[in-house]
Amino acid sequence: MKKITLAAMAATFLLGSSMLAMAEVKSLRGDLPLDAKAKPPHKARVMSKSGGYKRAWKLQPPLIPHKIDKERISLDENSCFRCHAPDTYKAEKAPMISKSHFKDPEHPSDKNFIRRRWFCYQCHVPQVEAKPLVENVFGQ
Amino acid sequence: MSEGNAGKGIWKKLVSGTMLAGIVLGVILWGGFNWAMELTNNESFCISCHEMKDNVYEEYTDSPHYMNRSGVRATCPDCHVPRPWIYKVIRKIQASNELYHHFMGTIDTREKFLKHRGELAVHVWKTMKATNSRECRNCHDQTYMDFEKQEERAADRHEEAFDKGMTCIDCHKGIAHQLPKGWKELAKKNGLMPTASEGE
Repeated sequence: MKKITLAAMAATFLLGSSMLAMAEVKSLRGDLPLDAKAKPPHKARVMSKSGGYKRAWKLQPPLIPHKIDKERISLDENSCFRCHAPDTYKAEKAPMISKSHFKDPEHPSDKNFIRRRWFCYQCHVPQVEAKPLVENVFGQ
Repeated sequence: MSEGNAGKGIWKKLVSGTMLAGIVLGVILWGGFNWAMELTNNESFCISCHEMKDNVYEEYTDSPHYMNRSGVRATCPDCHVPRPWIYKVIRKIQASNELYHHFMGTIDTREKFLKHRGELAVHVWKTMKATNSRECRNCHDQTYMDFEKQEERAADRHEEAFDKGMTCIDCHKGIAHQLPKGWKELAKKNGLMPTASEGE
């Protein structure tokens, strides 16, 4: 008798909690029917900031303070090197790629660039005008 | 007396007739010539060759000159064929060399194209440098550039470049197409790269 009561209680609990969970489950699309148009997501603009962003921590890869939608990185070509390479940064008044990215740090040139670092956006990213979803207390 | 008058009349008719025929023929020939030249002066003609379609055009579709927020486009001839008539005709005559290489199959594969693209790019850079980037300036006229609306760094560099008498192609290489492998060395070798002293 005890067992039956326990089983019944467990069943009620499970049913109740699963119903509760079902009520909470919501499609990423929202409650919209499939044939209705969803509201397009907010488009955030990439920010430009002269002087660049401060690093948030000591070894942070510096953030990109400009748009990069016209830049191209492929096997043969890396358009970041137009301005940030050792032989062009002075003329372009751009910060040079860190010496740590070259096989011979004291004599940096396009030729001894470490190819492992070729895809700049893997570490260096631009910033968009977006409100943080949660408060960020990092570093405070 | 009357005979003389009749002779004069025939003469007059002959002259005016010839002149009229000349004008009509002139309009047809001149118009036809320009019409034929315009036929070879649009994007669909350019990409009727697979050399153009599979290589340079493919890359161009990835550029803001092909697609952008306001839909203003620059097609192949806007950048690669001069607008002033005489330069246009000269360029069209030079294009016969391109026809020759098309039929010889000089760049009929992707590999051949990649092998030659450095040389081809240098041709265009040299032409642009020699004409003071005339084709760029058809749309991008520095006189009407509002530096206030440019980003700080761009405005700074543009003003400086104009003061130094630099031209668009000095910095803006590989705008609509990808840059060839080793493009910096190529540009430096041909004196087409802005130096630090120029930029300082």
